[in-house]
Amino acid sequence: MTGERLNDVSGDVSGDVSSDVSDVSGEVSTAGATVAGDRVEPEAPVGAAVPRDEPGGQVDTKPRNNRAWFLVLPVVVSVAFTAVIPLMTVVNFSVQDIFSPTDRIFVGLDWFRAVTRDPEVHAAFVRTLLFSAQVLLLEIPLGVAIAVAMPRRGLGVPVALVLVALPLLIPWNVVGTIWQIFARGDIGLGGWTVNNVLGVNFNYTLDSTDAWITVLIMDVWHWTPLVALLAYAGLRSIPEPYFQAAQIDAASGWATFRHIQLPRLRGVLTIAILLRFMDSFMIYTEPFVVTGGGPGNATSFLSILLSKIAVGQFDLGPAGAFSLLYFLTVQIVSYVFFTVLTRTGR
Amino acid sequence: MPAKASPVAVAAGTRRQLPWARTVFWLYVATLMLPLLWMFGMSIRPNEDILGSFALIPQRVTFENYQTFFTDPVWYSSYLNSIIYTSMNAVLSLIVALPAAYAFSRFRFAGDRFLFFWLLTNRMAPPAVFLLPFFQIYQSVGLFDTHLGVAIAHMLFNVPLAVWILEGFMSGIPREIDETAAIDGYSLPRFFVRIFLPMIRSGIGVTLFFCFMFSWVELLIARTITSVNAKPIAATMTRTVSAAGVDWGLLAAAGVLTIIPGAIVIWFVRNYVAKGFALGRV
Repeated sequence: MTGERLNDVSGDVSGDVSSDVSDVSGEVSTAGATVAGDRVEPEAPVGAAVPRDEPGGQVDTKPRNNRAWFLVLPVVVSVAFTAVIPLMTVVNFSVQDIFSPTDRIFVGLDWFRAVTRDPEVHAAFVRTLLFSAQVLLLEIPLGVAIAVAMPRRGLGVPVALVLVALPLLIPWNVVGTIWQIFARGDIGLGGWTVNNVLGVNFNYTLDSTDAWITVLIMDVWHWTPLVALLAYAGLRSIPEPYFQAAQIDAASGWATFRHIQLPRLRGVLTIAILLRFMDSFMIYTEPFVVTGGGPGNATSFLSILLSKIAVGQFDLGPAGAFSLLYFLTVQIVSYVFFTVLTRTGR
Repeated sequence: MPAKASPVAVAAGTRRQLPWARTVFWLYVATLMLPLLWMFGMSIRPNEDILGSFALIPQRVTFENYQTFFTDPVWYSSYLNSIIYTSMNAVLSLIVALPAAYAFSRFRFAGDRFLFFWLLTNRMAPPAVFLLPFFQIYQSVGLFDTHLGVAIAHMLFNVPLAVWILEGFMSGIPREIDETAAIDGYSLPRFFVRIFLPMIRSGIGVTLFFCFMFSWVELLIARTITSVNAKPIAATMTRTVSAAGVDWGLLAAAGVLTIIPGAIVIWFVRNYVAKGFALGRV
């Protein structure tokens, strides 16, 4: 327990399954929490699921050995080839005006200035940020709720795991294709239902709001399973005595969730929030297939705009500067998330 | 520390679920499957039926679309291409990541933390950033339009991920094992292959699964550095759409077929899937 107590249990008995002795729960709960803490502490330290700030986690006891660099060498070489050299090329693009492979001039930070002042980039940035925020707000609570409701025992477990994980294994453009079909008013079940059964005029190729909703629902469909599986893994790692203590306290379902399950999910949810932020902020393939960034600019996210500049118009300089700023933004926001999520409440 | 899954922990939580939680969960799964089933439904209808009239249940069932897929070399060869480079990538990433993960989980060395973080930041690079340089570099070193080329390019995001997952699983194995083996006269490579690898079997399975998955679903990079010989199925799908009008039935059939490899792989690792998604850290 992260210093919180189960005091508010008595006020919240809705959905109580284990017991109806709600009038005493308020007094007993504090003691129960302590019992749980005492009993569990030695074998499973609280916060064990929190990802460690450094590799290994047992920093003090690990032997120092610089020859370990030889073991890391293959990774360094492969990542240097796939990441460092391309990144240097991008830096190279970003400070030059390139007319042809032989004709180029050094322009310093001009492209960076141009990109940061471009209203189209601003609009795409706000759009992408808004999209990421909506994705996180929808997918994280929904994923946790699904994890809580997921079966824990019996034949249902493997079936549930495989079915829930299925959307994650579909190539991203196929996800786009699936929704391109599904959301169409004429041949898609989803679009047809909204138009003909609910009577709402829905057309994602013409209406910007409909396009946005389609992309958002598609992302929720595609990625909530990741959050759910992470949260499920976190829930399964909670030792039984925690729940026994809660049961003795006659804690309600909600109180058990709020004070036992949720704090223990901090670690996996940190991973979930980070992954979901990064991937939604970099989203490209799915909206590209479904809407192509349109109608107008309605779903033209940063990556779609970037590849339009880079591949469509072949403006290497602005594309390079744009890429670097984009990369930097993702890193900074991820770092802020990581710091906030791992520091608070300790 | 990745907790050893104690039997109590596994049984945890069975009683406390609300009575209607199960129903809601399976309703969610049904909703999740709806778009997939719809695509499957479209893949077994003739195109006239798809565009002609809206029907929940296919009026006429045909396997023509699948036949086209398996008789047209453009379709089935790009399907094979995807499977080949994805498997190559998974194996390569694993081989490269294993020693590194061991080093991170067992030793302190100069710059280790910095290196670990730097590796992870590569997971944060928007793929669009790397498109142009990839195109140029792979062309200049002769890896353009080869399976190996795509496999290496996908190591960009799979190697950091593999190191991260494996390190989590390896740190769950007490270091005393290493020391005992050393006293018994095992050299490091022999210990690693004979004793250590079998102990982290599940971690290796999970890692292979994740590398396969992320390489299989990626389109942007794979499409950029290939043209004909190593063209991924995903790219074939987008190109056919723009070229010949939209053949919805064939597109749906191809879509259904791209789901199958993933479904098979996930069935094999289903018992580790939840832990794997937490990157070995639960």
